Amino acid sequence: MAHSYTPGLKVLKNTKILKERRLPLKGAVSTSLGNSVKPDDIIAKTDLPGNVQMVNVANQLNVDASDVKEVMVVEIGSEVVKNELIAETKGLFGFFKSSVNSPVSGTIESISDLTGQVVIREAPLPVEVDAYIEGVIDEVIEKEGVVIKSQGAFIQGIFGIGGESRGEIKILSPDRDAEISADMISADHEGLIIVGGSFISLNAYKKALDCKVAGVVVGGFNYYDLDEVLGYTLGVAITGSEDLITSLIVTEGYGKIQMGQQTFDLLKNNSGRLASINGATQIRAGVIRPEIIIPIKLNKDDEANLDKDKTVGMTEGSTVRVIRSPNFGKIGTVKELPAELRQMESETMVRIAIIEIGGNKVEIPRSNLEVVETD
Amino acid sequence: MKLRSILATDCGSTTTKAILIEFIDGEYRLTHRGEAPTTVEAPFEDVTRGVLNATMEVEELSGRKILDGDNISTPQKGDSGVDIYISTSSAGGGLQMMVAGVVKSMTGESAERAALGAGSIVMDVLASNDGRKPHEKITRIRQLRPDMILLSGGIDGGTTKHVIELAEILAAANPQPRLGQDYKLPVIYAGNKKATSDIERTLGELTDLDITENIRPVLEQENLKPSRDKIHDLFMEHVMQQAPGYKKLMSWTDAPIMPTPGAVGALIEMVAKKENISVVGVDIGGATTDIFSVFQEQFNRTVSANLGMSYSICNVLAEASLPNVLRWVPFDIDEKELTNRIGNKMIRPTTVPQSLEELVIEQAIAREALRLSFVQHKAFAVNLKGVQKERTISDAFEQSDSGQSLVDMMELDLIVGSGGVLSHAPRREQSAKMLIDSFLPEGITSLAVDSIFMMPQLGVMANIENKEIAEQARGAALEVFEKDCLIRLGTCIAPVGKLSRSEIPLQVNLEFKNGEKKDIEVRYGELIRIEAEYEEIKAVLTPAKGVDVGAGDGEQISTTIFGGQVGIVFDGRGRPLEIDASSSKRISNLKKWSEAMNEYPEIGK
Repeated sequence: MAHSYTPGLKVLKNTKILKERRLPLKGAVSTSLGNSVKPDDIIAKTDLPGNVQMVNVANQLNVDASDVKEVMVVEIGSEVVKNELIAETKGLFGFFKSSVNSPVSGTIESISDLTGQVVIREAPLPVEVDAYIEGVIDEVIEKEGVVIKSQGAFIQGIFGIGGESRGEIKILSPDRDAEISADMISADHEGLIIVGGSFISLNAYKKALDCKVAGVVVGGFNYYDLDEVLGYTLGVAITGSEDLITSLIVTEGYGKIQMGQQTFDLLKNNSGRLASINGATQIRAGVIRPEIIIPIKLNKDDEANLDKDKTVGMTEGSTVRVIRSPNFGKIGTVKELPAELRQMESETMVRIAIIEIGGNKVEIPRSNLEVVETD
Repeated sequence: MKLRSILATDCGSTTTKAILIEFIDGEYRLTHRGEAPTTVEAPFEDVTRGVLNATMEVEELSGRKILDGDNISTPQKGDSGVDIYISTSSAGGGLQMMVAGVVKSMTGESAERAALGAGSIVMDVLASNDGRKPHEKITRIRQLRPDMILLSGGIDGGTTKHVIELAEILAAANPQPRLGQDYKLPVIYAGNKKATSDIERTLGELTDLDITENIRPVLEQENLKPSRDKIHDLFMEHVMQQAPGYKKLMSWTDAPIMPTPGAVGALIEMVAKKENISVVGVDIGGATTDIFSVFQEQFNRTVSANLGMSYSICNVLAEASLPNVLRWVPFDIDEKELTNRIGNKMIRPTTVPQSLEELVIEQAIAREALRLSFVQHKAFAVNLKGVQKERTISDAFEQSDSGQSLVDMMELDLIVGSGGVLSHAPRREQSAKMLIDSFLPEGITSLAVDSIFMMPQLGVMANIENKEIAEQARGAALEVFEKDCLIRLGTCIAPVGKLSRSEIPLQVNLEFKNGEKKDIEVRYGELIRIEAEYEEIKAVLTPAKGVDVGAGDGEQISTTIFGGQVGIVFDGRGRPLEIDASSSKRISNLKKWSEAMNEYPEIGK
């Protein structure tokens, strides 16, 4: 049977979830294999090297670089506080001394006799990594982090903003076609993850921010409204570091697009459960898509019932979603995958799939289809 | 060994393209090609999957068995397998470098040129005089986490202090590589050789330091090749080892994997040298647009890191602004809806335009991406700065300084376009018009496109070092380049000057090979296309007073030009090209020009 590889977004009801949690630099892991963890538990810590200031003592004191060590009053490794004297010339008969004070508090890291530069490193910056999801430590990566195993629902969105967040799932719109409007959001939703159908307007999202909603999961959002939320025009889709109380996950794309049936149903069935979400998106090599993880208590008997990874690409019979106009957002079934190139209205010659949408067969370029991975 | 078949792939950030070259009836020809989405993304996270998929397509189309399970079968046995397999790559974000030099416009720029020439993206240029304080530089190095750093500075025997200072800044930043925590960052030192031992002392332990020849041994001379070669070596040894699936891919190839732009640049340089012409080559990709040029025998490459047609399409929109994109669209469209559409292309980067409207919009964005990239290129491709020139009395009146752009549109002989939007445009007329609109060639300029975007593969083929096959592979690359890669679109003739002041700014008399003659009058604001094959055509071009077509104001030119798949295009729209601000006038002009070019026949209806 003909098949084609099209990376799709996952919408899985019950799957094994492995989450790697790593420090940006090596440090200490504070949990061990087999431990159960909650999302807020700290699993690893490290200190990022502090900022560095460089002072050119030779220039400031007008001495040769090779003589800098002689004018220094502190040594490599000494701790200094801001404005503390670090170098001084002898002057003439003890008068007319010139001196250099430290611009910051920190430790003297190096004194160069080649250039006369003194490096002062500020105090280290502590960094902690939490578990993010509920689960069991499946692997400890020495000095770097852990892999947490969990089980539950796993949904990928197409685009998101804001980083990691968690909260209970609350379905706001009656169906997958409906929009979330500002009047539907209230202070009662603080700390929750609200789920809508096809769209959330800028106003409604702002209301969510005001109400300290933990996250919004919705079918579509306007691209041009991002400017106001982010404070800049998003040129490349690399997000996640925005300082937003309310992470936003868009499951389908920009504009008003009804949420995929499977996605909406799955979120609805998990209403009231605690979910961990991350809006971070990176559409470049090493793609990161935003995610929604809803862990279910791990029970040994359940492990056998886990979904297998069914990534097989597009085959005849696959459920696919059209991801570019015309027919953007529609779901269909692959009927045929002809090998030869076909001409489109744009006169582009492409490999196509013949898919059935609502009883009609249409030709769509294979690159404009996405396999909907469901279970 | 006689090479009978070559499989070459290019793993781009969006698609992996495979071509099969076979030796048939005494010549090397491209016989089949295939492509598949690049699979650095989950769920595959293995670049070889995309290579296998693209190869499978070649197998399906050619009926030749190339794969042996999940391996490429080499050498050829009977009718199956291929003799050699080679590849280029820009997936994984390509090679990302930081460069450093003492004076930004001198050694800094030379280091940038070397890194760009080797095919890397230059994330930042650090220099002693770049206006940033040391701690700001340190923060920047830490944030960017480059794959590699090229440190240069000082002429041989000159002062060492500044370059050592830069090394101390690097040491204080203690940069970590982007990929993989367990290896030291590769740093190449290509500066004042007098400072070598001090540089070793400063950076030797912290980084994986490599020393090579000074990039600027004397002020008047750039020595880029040793640095470029070193970058290629380290790219293979370090960076590629960390990207998903590359270890496996490297074990398959019969020659080192080259960064895609490095391979394209090598090929363009070869063509300019062979034909002794000035060339501009462009490769517009999903994330970046590369421009290569050879003027006055000097090669330059620039990468516009965030001007591309998918991953960074929204950045083109942001940098060019919506009105500048819309000025190329010959119909009215809801602006807000348009931005959502462009946004959706960014988040689903592998989609293709199915409807004509989508195609027109994509080509409008491409024009802006190309235009902006070329602006950046012109600013970078300049004479060496800081060089003192001996001047005679006559030169004294001409205040031409060092640092002048080498790009001279009137001198330019050939524009070669490549990259999906140019190579895969459904009509060649669309490619030609995009090149003319965005580069605005002046005088007489040939236009060509890479038919199916195989310059990267041919570039790496022409650079195989294995002595046993190098000569054959180079010959095969040039043969395929001539016969199958370069599609000659034709010639653009664009008079410049005060076109609006004369009724007929340019008179043209053409004599075709079959003896047929044609006289053409080019009026201001007009675009005329005549069909003509790729063969010699005698042309006499007579510009009006105040108008120049290459020989000077009002000077006639008698020359030989070539047609092509599009033919000869006379562009009487003037330079710079001004597009009417009123929507109805703009649409009417765009339709008129589009009709003249036979660009979008369905839109005129």
